[in-house]
Amino acid sequence: MKTQGIGARVPRKEDRRFLHGRGNYVSDMVMPGQSEVAFLRSPIAHGRIRGIVKPAGLERSVFVRADLKGLKPIVAHATVPSYKVSEQHPLAHDKVRFVGEPVAMTIARTRAEAEDIAEKIELDIEELPALVNAHAARLDKSVRLHEDWDDNLFLTLNLDNGFAAKSKDAPVVIHREISMARQAMVPMEGKAVLAHWDERADQLIVYTSTQVPHMIRVGLAQTLGIDEGQIRVISPDVGGGFGYKCVLQPEELCVAWLAFTYRKPFRYIEDRREHLIAGANSRQHHYKLTGYADRNGRLLALDAEVTIDGGAYSNWPFTVALEPGQATGNLPGPYDFRGYRCRTYCVATNKPGFLPYRGVARTSVCFAMELMIDAIARAVGREPWEVRHDNLVPASAMPYDNVARKHYDSGDYRKSLLLAKEKIGFEKWRARQKQGEPDGRRIGIGFATYCEQSAHGTSVFAAWGLPVIPGYDQATVRVTPDGGLEVRVGVHSHGQGMETTLAQIAHEVLGIELQRIRVVHGDTGTTPYSTGTYASRSIVMAGGAVANTCKELARRLEAIGAHLMQCAVGSVRLEGGQIVGPQRAVTIREVAQAWYVRPELLPPDVHLGGLEATIGFRPKVDTGVFSYASHAAVVAVDTEMGDVEILDYVIVEDCGTLVNPMVVDGQTLGGAAQGIGTAMYEESPYDANGQPLASTLADYMLPGPTEVPAMRIHHMETPSPYTEFGIKGMGEGGAIAPPAVLFNAVNDALRDFGVELTETPLTPRRVLEALAKAKTKVAP
Amino acid sequence: MKAAAFDYTRPRDVGEAIAALAAHDGAAKLLAGGQSLGPMLNLRLARPALLVDVSRLGELKEITDRGDVWRIGGAVTHAAIEDRAGTMPGAEMLCAVAGGIAYRAVRNRGTIGGSLAHADPAADWPLALAALGAEIEIRGRAGPRRCAADAFMKGAFATALAEDEIIVAVEVPKLSRAARWGYYKYCRKTGEFPEASAACVFDPERRVARAFVGALSGAPAAVAGLAEAVAAQGSAACTRDAALAAIAAAASALDEVEKRMYAAALQRALEQAVRT
Repeated sequence: MKTQGIGARVPRKEDRRFLHGRGNYVSDMVMPGQSEVAFLRSPIAHGRIRGIVKPAGLERSVFVRADLKGLKPIVAHATVPSYKVSEQHPLAHDKVRFVGEPVAMTIARTRAEAEDIAEKIELDIEELPALVNAHAARLDKSVRLHEDWDDNLFLTLNLDNGFAAKSKDAPVVIHREISMARQAMVPMEGKAVLAHWDERADQLIVYTSTQVPHMIRVGLAQTLGIDEGQIRVISPDVGGGFGYKCVLQPEELCVAWLAFTYRKPFRYIEDRREHLIAGANSRQHHYKLTGYADRNGRLLALDAEVTIDGGAYSNWPFTVALEPGQATGNLPGPYDFRGYRCRTYCVATNKPGFLPYRGVARTSVCFAMELMIDAIARAVGREPWEVRHDNLVPASAMPYDNVARKHYDSGDYRKSLLLAKEKIGFEKWRARQKQGEPDGRRIGIGFATYCEQSAHGTSVFAAWGLPVIPGYDQATVRVTPDGGLEVRVGVHSHGQGMETTLAQIAHEVLGIELQRIRVVHGDTGTTPYSTGTYASRSIVMAGGAVANTCKELARRLEAIGAHLMQCAVGSVRLEGGQIVGPQRAVTIREVAQAWYVRPELLPPDVHLGGLEATIGFRPKVDTGVFSYASHAAVVAVDTEMGDVEILDYVIVEDCGTLVNPMVVDGQTLGGAAQGIGTAMYEESPYDANGQPLASTLADYMLPGPTEVPAMRIHHMETPSPYTEFGIKGMGEGGAIAPPAVLFNAVNDALRDFGVELTETPLTPRRVLEALAKAKTKVAP
Repeated sequence: MKAAAFDYTRPRDVGEAIAALAAHDGAAKLLAGGQSLGPMLNLRLARPALLVDVSRLGELKEITDRGDVWRIGGAVTHAAIEDRAGTMPGAEMLCAVAGGIAYRAVRNRGTIGGSLAHADPAADWPLALAALGAEIEIRGRAGPRRCAADAFMKGAFATALAEDEIIVAVEVPKLSRAARWGYYKYCRKTGEFPEASAACVFDPERRVARAFVGALSGAPAAVAGLAEAVAAQGSAACTRDAALAAIAAAASALDEVEKRMYAAALQRALEQAVRT
């Protein structure tokens, strides 16, 4: 039983401060002379700014775009064909393009006083027609979000691989329209940034709640027009990112500009209302699908038209192109079929710019695909799990290149589904369904299987031509004079438990006790460059770099150890934290003492890198390694009230080699809770004028502990052939399947009524409307 | 968002509180638990010049047995009532409803007087106290007066209170041993406001048969006809169609989906009472 290395269920080291309220967040930081920042945000979805009048006597506390001298707009380029560039000014320039867009900023001693000043600003905006519906926006010939564009499309993607041949003469043809609502990510901590000028270091220091400190440094340097050496970005404890914080934020630019210009500390903390309004930026996809199958439900071809509601601006550096790219490529999912045609529109609308939320497009495509599989099963009269099983890529076919040319490295999808079916107690529930419930509710059972591209690297991002491409992640590892270890990485752990898991990997190689291994992350001043934590990449990339670097240190420790023991290098090995020779052993501590304190003991040809090294890593195949899972759920539907209760939920997941099973469980559960939110509760609706209708937690419903059931998780371990130790990323998976599995379960429950729900979230209203509509259809 | 600036005073008794309200001519607001007022202050939807804190006034925090009624002080918290379950004979429904309001953290501070004065259509007390036939004791500059609970709420966030008046107490008639009651609310999420709610009280000893529907757009709506039918015929009168008809009559502005949900809530509240 592993106790400290890879596979050990060690409690997280970082929890010691998190669970005792001793975390250190930007909101905890107060510097002498600090000013608080508030933003005046556009109350109108689309308009031309005619004038902004600062309140008399308070002009020096108010800033508009024209005041931000030297600050460039956020512009993200990509070489994806048809992609159009948008310009996002950190404070709105001539137009406002979504309700919540920052138009002015105010500074004062307290946030309340800054808001008092913001209230007094007079804003004169000429209202323009708002583009709120993506389909209408795509076809609109007169209204333009970005006036230099000839339409409102960020881009259009087309893919066709064998479609005509494979769809021809298919005996079963199923059409479906499926959609996922817009929502916010709602991390517990919103955006937060504190910037100040450090005279001694001659640097702008920016503390910001971000997932990607090194990339923010790059972005700030470019937009402020200064050298990167003059900026240090530090990401302290971060209360959740989920993709909201993997991009350059306009508020980061504004606060950094203030600190750089005035050489004083300034801080901005996003509040919940700002987040729900200006952060309504994810998940909104619409699918027109046609599935072509044989009479057994074996999928032959899939035709898809996907419309993504891209919001007003493309983010930096991932660009809004990431979402349509991921949608087109991942829609086929874990299935084996060879005919595929997909057209994806990414449309500009008067809403906050689209951002990649945990799972990215995979949550929406899984929803669409899994509902299609179940629809096919119903059409051919077979159980959905069976039809799903027959269509899944078999383990014997791995590695498998899917019809969208994605390379699946390893996995046994069918086994995960069969295990989920067994663990949920499928036969028992089918029997209970036949009996009926004493309270009249309808029971339903659903399944969903997905695969999750993780740790995709250079070749994938380079193909899109993004402003920043991930490359070799590095780790700087240093043995301390007393034989402990410092591991420095450029990723940022903001919930993934990396202060523990990266230490476990280091322990696996070097054998140093976990409590003596310190992981340093989040600071551009003290860590090697990395594009950061996103796309479930960190454990693979940073983990691989840590392993590589520790292996180099192991060689150096052995060389010095051998010399100390006066034996040949080839006759020693590092084991259990010691260098073991033919007659005796020396500890790592003794070797460290030789290098740092007793250098007269060192071999004359000692490696000049000493006991510190920085080595990079990239997986053998960098198009991504694929985790996967099958989810199964049982629901009870109250057909009078429209309520849906989750009675049981099982997850069978496989992320290759598990570094820390408890961390994997935590990531899975957290993601699944968010998936339940997406499936049943969360929605950011707009009226016809682009006004957001859910701006507080009274209107925007999040699942709480009483809505998230106790989920049973089972692990399979199929290592990746391409990574260190066979590890795969898995941080997003839990958030991918819940909408699919819950809708499949509800549709199973309401099958006798001829009801099929295809639109998130699963509200009581939608259930009752569907039941009422089905009744009128069936009426004689 | 942060609240706009305000002044704060803590009066020593109800008389001082009323004087403070009267002196500020509508620009002062009472602060009890702050569970509704707090968010409104932060969202700047309410901007009183002065907060008059009555949360610690002893004379407003008493629960007294007055023979055939329980007298609950206006500043008594929901948690205080919840925690008295089992020790207030005749107030079983009161204690049960108290324990289902929002979350415990909210119940620790929120008050019965505050809930009634705020008059959120989706709140529990306006509905439950209407069904219980409670009376509200009010005091202002003009002196004391009383108002029936089912006449107190005029509409969403609007009550019969004048600017200088305070809810001093609520008098709730005790349920007799033969009484049966039902209280049902459907919340998509535990602790949140309900989508539909209903309450009913049947006390043959006192010849009481009341049913109300809550979580509408204004005050709770009485469904007297159905209440009388259930009092007379029991479960035979608690049908789906009867509930739908009662809802259609009491709240005609609802759409078809809403009517179904409110009818289900009403039917379930009635069934709770009938099955006791």
